[in-house]
Amino acid sequence: MSHISISNNETIPLSSIPELDYPAFLEQNILSLKNSAGSHCVNYYGIPWNDNVRLICCIANDELSSINISSALVETGKPFNTFSKQNPAFEKFEREIHENFGIQYTDHPWLKPVRYPFNRYNKNENITDYPFFSIDSEELHEVGVGPIHAGIIEPGHFRFICNGEQILHLEIQLGYQHRGIEQLFIEKKKLLQRATLAENIAGDSVAGHTVAFTNLWESMCNYQPGRDLQLSRTLALELERIAVHTGNLSAMCTDIAYQLGSAVYGRLRTPIINFFQRWCGNRLAKGLIRAGKTNFPLTNELAAELTTLLNAYERDFEEISEELFNLPSALARFEKTGVLTREQAENLGTVGISARMSALERDIRYSHPHDLYRELNHQLLLKNHGDVHSRARLRKREIDQSIAYIRTLIQSIPGAGTQSVQLASPSPNSFTLSLVEGWRGEICHAAVTGENGELIHYKIKDPSFHNWMGLALAVRNNEISDFPICNKSFDLSYCGHDL
Amino acid sequence: MLDNLKILFHQGKQYIPDITTAELPGIFRGRPEISTEKVNEAELVDICPTNAITAGPVCIDLGKCTFCGECSFSFPNKIQFSRDYKISANERSKLIIREGINEPVELNPAVIRKEISDYFSGSLKLRQVSAGGDNSCEMELNACGNVNFDMGRFGIEFVASPRHADGIVITGPITENMAQPLQICYDAIPEPKIIILAGVDAISGGIFEGSPALNRSFLSAYTIDLYVPGNPVHPLTFINGVLELIKKRN
Repeated sequence: MSHISISNNETIPLSSIPELDYPAFLEQNILSLKNSAGSHCVNYYGIPWNDNVRLICCIANDELSSINISSALVETGKPFNTFSKQNPAFEKFEREIHENFGIQYTDHPWLKPVRYPFNRYNKNENITDYPFFSIDSEELHEVGVGPIHAGIIEPGHFRFICNGEQILHLEIQLGYQHRGIEQLFIEKKKLLQRATLAENIAGDSVAGHTVAFTNLWESMCNYQPGRDLQLSRTLALELERIAVHTGNLSAMCTDIAYQLGSAVYGRLRTPIINFFQRWCGNRLAKGLIRAGKTNFPLTNELAAELTTLLNAYERDFEEISEELFNLPSALARFEKTGVLTREQAENLGTVGISARMSALERDIRYSHPHDLYRELNHQLLLKNHGDVHSRARLRKREIDQSIAYIRTLIQSIPGAGTQSVQLASPSPNSFTLSLVEGWRGEICHAAVTGENGELIHYKIKDPSFHNWMGLALAVRNNEISDFPICNKSFDLSYCGHDL
Repeated sequence: MLDNLKILFHQGKQYIPDITTAELPGIFRGRPEISTEKVNEAELVDICPTNAITAGPVCIDLGKCTFCGECSFSFPNKIQFSRDYKISANERSKLIIREGINEPVELNPAVIRKEISDYFSGSLKLRQVSAGGDNSCEMELNACGNVNFDMGRFGIEFVASPRHADGIVITGPITENMAQPLQICYDAIPEPKIIILAGVDAISGGIFEGSPALNRSFLSAYTIDLYVPGNPVHPLTFINGVLELIKKRN
C-alpha cells in the first residue's frame, strides 16, 4: 500500500506523502474502503501544484485510529475516471475538484457545481445558472424554495419535484454563503486573524471549528497543550453540543406546532449559552479557544456554577423530554418520517448524528480521540431507524451523555497551568490534519506549509458537506409538509458547507 | 393536561421584566472604555484582527470590532470592555469610541426619518436576510423572540415575507452570491422601509473584509437606519437599538 498512516493532529513532512499515478491512486483508495468496514473518507481535495493539481485523499481507519494519506498529481483539463462511480461518498468531493480546477471527469453521475466560489475554474457560470434536474410531465409539479427562507435562517435553494403532496425528488443548491474563507486563511497572516476566521466558519459550531484549527496549529508549531487547555476545549465542545441539541429540539417542536416543547427547550438553551458568557464573555464561545494559551482559565467557582446550572437544567430537561417522547401527536410526526437507511447513509458517507441514527458507527470522539476524550472513554450512542424520531432521540441521549461527561471533567480543575508563550513558527514543508467531533459530526481541517513554515494551503470540511445529500434522499416519498421537520432534524450548516 | 400545567409551573417566570435595564450575567464585552494612558500605540493597533483600532488618538471602531478582547488583555490599563450593551447607533461615525471619552453610544434623533416614528413606533415587522452570515447573529436574532427576551411584547417581530415587512435586517458580510437575492428581497418590501445592519460582518465585513467573494455595493446605494454591533449581536443590544429607533417622537 502506498500511503502514509498518521494519527489525528500529527504533523508530517509533505514529502512523506506518497505520490501515485492516478489509476493506482484510485484503485488503492477504493479498495481500502471496500476492504475495511470501519474506513471512511474524511477529506479529498486538490491543491494547486505549479500548473497542475495535487489530489490529496485522506481515508480514516476507525478501528486503528489512523488516517491514511495518499496523493496523485494530475493535469487540469484532462479526462479522468471518478471515484464516485465505485463509491458514491466521493460524489461531492469530486464535484468540488471539478468546480475548482476544471478536472474533467468522464463518468461522474452528477457533475454539478457545489458552491460557485469566487476562484472557480469556469467563471462564465454564475449561481443563477444552476442546472436543476427537471422532469417533463403533466402530472408532476416543481416547488422552488429559497434562497431566502421564511424564518431567520441562512440561504439555500431547495427544488422539489412533487406528485401532488408527495416529494419525488429534492435537489439542494448551495453556495450563497460563500465568503472565500479558505483563501482568507492564507491571506490573513496573524494567528488571531486565523483564529477569528475559524470562529466564523459556522457560528453554531464555534467550539468545533476553533478546536480543529487550534489543535492543528499547535501540532504544526510542535506545541503540546497542557491539561487545562485540553479540559477547556473538551468542555466547550460538550457544552456546545448540549446548547445546540437543546435549541434543535425546541425548533423541532416548533415545526410540529408543539408550543410547550418549543418554549421549554428554547428557554433551557439560554442558561447553557449564558454560561459561555460568564466564562468567556460571549454566548457562543467566540474568544474562548486560542492556540497556546487561554484568556479565560476555568476556575473552581465557574465549575461550581456549572454544576448548579446543570442540576437545574437536567430536572426540567428530563421532565419535558418525558412528555415529548410520550406524546402520541408528536410521535406520529416523528416516527417513520424522513428515513435514511443504513445502506444509504453508508453509501453517502454521512457523519455525526446523520450516521449514528442509522446505526452507522461514526464518532471521532471514539475512533480518533483528541484532547480529553481518550480519558472519557466515549461510548457510541446509536439508533437504528434513521428517521426524524431517531435523530430527536439521539439528541436527547447525547445531551444526557454530555452532562455526565461534563460532571466527570469538572471534578478536578487543574490550576491555570498554562503560561502564555509565543508559539514557534509552523514546521516548514509539512502537512497536518485535525479531526474533531462537533455536535453536527466530523469536522476536518488540513493544512500545508511552505519552505519557510508559511501557510500555503488550508482545507476545511464541515460535516454538512457529507450530509446534505442525506437530507435530499431522506425526504423522498414524504409529504412536502414534512420537509421542515426533516430539514430541522438534520440541522445542517449552509455557511459551513459554502465556506 | 395536568402534566403540562406542572411543566409550566416548573418553568416559573422566564422573561426579563425590563429589557432596558437588564443586567448581564458574568462578563460581557460591550462598549469599550479607553483611558488616556500612554502606551505603545503601534503595538496596540497591530493586535487587532480586523483593524478596528486606530492610533493618535486611540479609537476603536465598533463597526469593525469583533469584541475578542485581545487588546484589553494586552493593555488592560488602556482598554476595558464595559458591560454596557447599548451600543447601537444610527450614524456610522457614532460607532467610533475615542480615548478619554466615556459616554454612552446613542442614536441621533435628528437623522431619524419622520416616517419611522409616524408609522413604526407601535408595530414593526422585519424581514431578515442572511447574506453570508455565519448563523451566530441569526441565532441571536431568533433568541430576541424567545420567552426570555420576548421582543414580540413591543410589537417587533420577524415575518416570513418581505411583502409583510416594514424593513430588512441584514446579517453577514454580503456575499457576491447573495447580492442579487438581497436586492430582490429589499425591492419587494413596501415603502416606507428601514434597513438595519446586525453584526460586525454586515456593518464592515468584519474578518471577511476585502474578500473577493463579497459584493457590498447594496450598502452604498441606501441609507442605513440602524447599526447594531456585535459578534454576534446580543439580543439586548438589538432590541434596545430598535426600540430607540422607533420611539415615538414629536
